[in-house]
Amino acid sequence: MSGKIKNRRLKQVLGLWTTAVIILALGLPMVAHPSHWGELPLIPGLEQRARIIFFHVPTAWLSVIAFLTSMWFGIRYLRKKSPDDDIKSVTHAGLGLLFCILATVTGSIWAKFNWGSFWNWDPRETSIFVLLLIYGAYFALRSAIDVEEKRATLSAVYSIIAGVIAPFFIFILPRITAGLHPGSADDVNSGPVVSSGGMNASMRVIFYSSVAAFIGMYLWMSNLRIRATRLVQAQELESRKQ
Amino acid sequence: MEDPRKMKSFLVSTKAVFLKDWRSELRTRYALSALVMFVLTTIAIIVFAFGGESPSQEVLAGVLWVIIFFSGMSGLARTFVAEEERGTSLTLQLLSTPTAVLFGKLAFNVVLIIIVNTLAVLLFLFFFSTFRVSSVGLFVTTLALGSIGLASASTIIAAIIARANTKGSLFPVLSLPLLLPLLMTVIHATSLSSEGAFFSEGLDDFRILVSYIGAVTGVSYILFDYVWKD
Repeated sequence: MSGKIKNRRLKQVLGLWTTAVIILALGLPMVAHPSHWGELPLIPGLEQRARIIFFHVPTAWLSVIAFLTSMWFGIRYLRKKSPDDDIKSVTHAGLGLLFCILATVTGSIWAKFNWGSFWNWDPRETSIFVLLLIYGAYFALRSAIDVEEKRATLSAVYSIIAGVIAPFFIFILPRITAGLHPGSADDVNSGPVVSSGGMNASMRVIFYSSVAAFIGMYLWMSNLRIRATRLVQAQELESRKQ
Repeated sequence: MEDPRKMKSFLVSTKAVFLKDWRSELRTRYALSALVMFVLTTIAIIVFAFGGESPSQEVLAGVLWVIIFFSGMSGLARTFVAEEERGTSLTLQLLSTPTAVLFGKLAFNVVLIIIVNTLAVLLFLFFFSTFRVSSVGLFVTTLALGSIGLASASTIIAAIIARANTKGSLFPVLSLPLLLPLLMTVIHATSLSSEGAFFSEGLDDFRILVSYIGAVTGVSYILFDYVWKD
């Protein structure tokens, strides 16, 4: 019983935390020279549009983290052949696809207002496009194999091969080539990159709180999904026995 | 593989797998004839699509690799899919080691795609008079490394999709995300070669291609056991 109460407490804390992040991220004023913690810096060229960093960047980070987590459980499946690892692997891939779509849609709407068009083939847009393709291919492969064990093995192998290629797009290409996103090779006016200037302390605190909120939601969702899938599989086993 | 006798037996069985595929290909000429006709029809469509226009070198370099990519996609899955369709994969599992099967079939795919690509380039030069290859060494190296890279990534994907239900349509879907870095690099190197760049200017691209081939072949070598064994 105490576990259930603890879980409810955790959900309430997460809800309050997320609400606080949303209110602070959207509500704090942006001024040219912030004088105390309640004011965010106004970045020339971005102005109010800079607020996207609180929501777009955590989703993009999570889509990569989810991919790596799914690959990790894929490797564990290949080593131990436990069906539970495959459930975890596919759950994380599914959530990764969700966050990948969220990052693409939010970024693309923002790009229309800041850069003039929905899609510009900036290196980072290419990388999220490749990630979407990999997720799509992963689920297309899974839906094409009927035997559960074969499906788990082959999709794990595919995610590992993709995991060898994808870092080139995600971590290397956007940094060595010119592009529109902050952190590109030709980035001179240092946009709101997390690690460099442009952001002040309170902006950074809100950003990391937002990342924490997204990770909390991600863990909650994956936990729910894994438990639900386990129940469905147990039920199928039960009905097969009868 | 430190043992020289093991190494020798590995080379012998790899060669046997390669020769088996090569002989059955020469008997039926299934993949070769399909690929040659594919390249020919695609080039004809592109000639008509351009009409009387003479497109720039960059466009032609891209179009050449689009042809090569899709002809690879239509023929390179054949080696593994044929084993499943003929029902011979179990026999091959008994008679040979997974590593020999992987490298034998990889060698076969490399030979196949190099033949097809050479033909595609010759036809391309024949039909598009504006397409120039100014630095031959750069171009030939790009074509060779690109072909090997294309074969190395598609061989392991072919092994995966041979076990799935919708083989034909799944192959390009799974391969494209993996082949994209390769295609971006070879298209860049090809347009360099038609601009008449020095060989040394392409070295960065070649480094990417060689490391790509090494990474993909290495990971295929590690993972092929899981794909191949039932």
